[in-house]
Amino acid sequence: MAKRIDVSGLNAYYGSFLAIEDISMTVEPRSVTAFIGPSGCGKSTFLRTLNRMHEVTPGGRVDGKVMLDDENLYGAGIDPVAVRREIGMVFQRPNPFPTMSVYDNVAAGLRLNGKYKKSQLDDVVEKSLRGANLWNEVKDRLNKPGSGLSGGQQQRLCIARAIAVEPKVLLMDEPCSALDPISTLAIEDLIGELKERFTIVIVTHNMQQAARVSDRTAFFNLAAVGQPGKLIELDDTERIFSNPSVQATEDYISGRFG
Amino acid sequence: MDTTTQQTTAPPAPGPAAPADKGTGRGATRPGDRIFLGLSRGSGIFVLVLMAAIASFLTYRASLAISKDEANFFTSFEWNPTGLPPEFGIAVLAFGTIVSSVIAMAIAVPISVGIALFITHYAPRRLGGLIAYVIDLLAAVPSIVYGLWGALVLVPHMDGLYGWLDDYLGWTGLFAWDGGPARSLLTVGILLALMILPIITNVSREVFRQVPRMHEEAALALGATRWEVIRMSVLPFGRSGVISASMLGLGRALGETMAVAMVLSPSFDITASLLDPGGGTFAQNIASKFNEATVMGQDALIASGMVLFVITLLVNGGARLIIARRKEYSGANA
Amino acid sequence: MSHATLSPKRDSLRGATLPKWFAWAVAAASLVLGYGISAAAGLDSDIQWALIAAVLFVVGSYALSSKIEGSRQAKDRTATSLVWVAFLLAVIPLASLLWETAERGVKVLDGYFLTHSMGVVADAEPGGGIYHAILGTLEQVGLATLVSVPIGVLTAIYLVEYGRGKLAKAVTFFVDVMTGIPSIVAGLFILSLWVLILKMGPSGFAGSLALSILMIPVVVRSTEEMLKLVPNELREASLALGVPKWRTILKVVLPTSVGGIITGVMLAIARITGETAPVLLLVWGTDFINANPFQDPQESLPMYIYLQWANSGGSGAAFDRAWAAALTLIAFIMILNLVARGIARWKAPR
Repeated sequence: MAKRIDVSGLNAYYGSFLAIEDISMTVEPRSVTAFIGPSGCGKSTFLRTLNRMHEVTPGGRVDGKVMLDDENLYGAGIDPVAVRREIGMVFQRPNPFPTMSVYDNVAAGLRLNGKYKKSQLDDVVEKSLRGANLWNEVKDRLNKPGSGLSGGQQQRLCIARAIAVEPKVLLMDEPCSALDPISTLAIEDLIGELKERFTIVIVTHNMQQAARVSDRTAFFNLAAVGQPGKLIELDDTERIFSNPSVQATEDYISGRFG
Repeated sequence: MDTTTQQTTAPPAPGPAAPADKGTGRGATRPGDRIFLGLSRGSGIFVLVLMAAIASFLTYRASLAISKDEANFFTSFEWNPTGLPPEFGIAVLAFGTIVSSVIAMAIAVPISVGIALFITHYAPRRLGGLIAYVIDLLAAVPSIVYGLWGALVLVPHMDGLYGWLDDYLGWTGLFAWDGGPARSLLTVGILLALMILPIITNVSREVFRQVPRMHEEAALALGATRWEVIRMSVLPFGRSGVISASMLGLGRALGETMAVAMVLSPSFDITASLLDPGGGTFAQNIASKFNEATVMGQDALIASGMVLFVITLLVNGGARLIIARRKEYSGANA
Repeated sequence: MSHATLSPKRDSLRGATLPKWFAWAVAAASLVLGYGISAAAGLDSDIQWALIAAVLFVVGSYALSSKIEGSRQAKDRTATSLVWVAFLLAVIPLASLLWETAERGVKVLDGYFLTHSMGVVADAEPGGGIYHAILGTLEQVGLATLVSVPIGVLTAIYLVEYGRGKLAKAVTFFVDVMTGIPSIVAGLFILSLWVLILKMGPSGFAGSLALSILMIPVVVRSTEEMLKLVPNELREASLALGVPKWRTILKVVLPTSVGGIITGVMLAIARITGETAPVLLLVWGTDFINANPFQDPQESLPMYIYLQWANSGGSGAAFDRAWAAALTLIAFIMILNLVARGIARWKAPR
């Protein structure tokens, strides 16, 4: 069920400002691809173009092609709402719905897509929470507000919420940047398990994290502030961190800038 | 404009004079500080005294009237404070005030929430900003102008709608119409709805705008349509804000005087139909009767004003309580 | 394929989406239909056919969309159309209010109208003007401002700069209570105090006292907000230089926030300028020019509108004057508002 993403010639704009320019890459199914690069290089923007979330920011605009297997996400007649259902997203800061319970948070996506029996929902909620390694911690407080959990638990709740609708792809936008090291470790372990079932793309500021969790790594950079961000290179993680083919990548990884 | 600028610079006036003032140099603080503190604290105390004076004055005058009242002040349909014996009660006024305000709220709250959502989530950004600005300005249009428009424009235009309501819903009794001018509680309610729309819209808009982006994106990323985003993220977040905005609007509708006085054709009885002229509200009744009334009559009106005062206090207090709660709530989730 | 069992319809990203012009087409069709039905049924009121069209629009877009796009999209569309309908329902009467006032107001609004009183003009006849009302309004509002701004600003200074403990809490609470006083109740209070107890006659000043009760809480609130915006570092920097507290407030805190305070005061003025009820109780109104606000009845713009409407016996000339006065009043208040916002924007980024 995991699908391949194939991007070609993609530009994204904020109003008239070109934020990322001419990006082409392939993301393999059932793998973890990490995006690294200095702040402002457009890696988060690019991530958001993959499930058509970029266009919800005022002035956001995209041209180019993003193929999900054989369908162009930006093709005519494509419903962005359907795209976001197929491609889940986890955000930088944990954002459970504050007025909903743990259970309702996980069930929220399913409830949008139709009517389910209580027992069906119960199954999916348990399965998703187990999938997010959260079940044992929250099984006794499913009806408590989701905002009462710790930051790391909230983030895993958000992951459970995203995987409950069985997306084809899971996008993660710096999912650990607001978390402590122990919670971060929990999420990283979880990513390792989730890649058995999903295609995962993760943006991270933390190069050790990229090295730990990802199979492939993409390095983004920009020539100067105000210039569009570009994809510099994409390769197996091992190669990027040991022997990158582009000098800028090596400079960034060895800490010479950024 | 002149008086304003002059006035904002007025508070400094006592300052420079202060050090020269005699007999204030006692204690650790400087004379200037003492005087300035005295002045500002004095103003604060003045506000307190003023409120206490208003409350006790009105209570005193009202109690004079109520003690002479031969009818039940709360349930009587009479308003004859100068009669022998004096008989008056607020039942009709309470009924009219509540009915017209309820109609106003029933119309204004959903529409205001709709416009607020339109501005924040539906309209193109420029258009939304423009509309927000215009509605802001509309909140400043004085009630007398609403009254004039209501009496000369809205009332004649209501005939068609009234005929319709009578044709299809007349059998309920609530919407029966005798064909007279549309100077009824329903028209008053509609006019009040228009008057409080801008306030409720403005406050709701502010609240909706403060909904954290990340909550909306959470819903969007799950594949929610725009309406589902609003239902899952925006409305739960904004609910208490909308409630307190509505209470502020209600407070204004309850106390509105001139617009009601110009549109309603009052009478001291309660009609079953909302479409027939008749009834009255606290504020309208005071404005219409005060200048002709005797001392006893004025005391009776003051008694009714007290009731209005208390109702408004409760409504505003409720609004404030909700706002205070909401602060705690949003603070916990920040 | 567990997901297939959960949501069987979800095999394509391609929703059967309706084109962008769909909503406009439905709207146009409902307008035409609404108008047609009304014409056929002989309904003559604008309100009726507009309501028919609105209902047709909401129902029509729901029905078509749920057939073609599915129920979730249809719900979304219904919400969108309801929001649009809400917007139009409110905008039409509000626009009518402004339009009617402008259109009917310009008829008699000219230099003569602004510079003459109603002294020798009978209520039902054409002619006359609002000079006496403008004069009265300016004097009453000016006096109310003179009374309430020092009290309001000083109270706000007390609350922000000195206020701790019970007294400050009590003051804050009662300022809140005052904000909600209905204007007619404020009028009643001054009336009992002034006219009935002090045995003074109606005058412009009595009216401005009532207006002050309405204005003070607004000034306190807005000034408080502005003073709170002044960063504490500024105060501390000044105090650290050995400047006494009162001079710090006068020379540092107030000048920093003066733009916002002026804005707040102007908005408060705009609010009380339109007040009618208390003025009606306390100032009574007159057709003649009375420049002395401390003695004898005066006129004011809102009261003029009311009296022209009430005493005219349905005369067109009086209604024209009422509209013209309403236009003048709105123009005055709008200008105050716009200038206040201008000042706020100009002073804002500090």
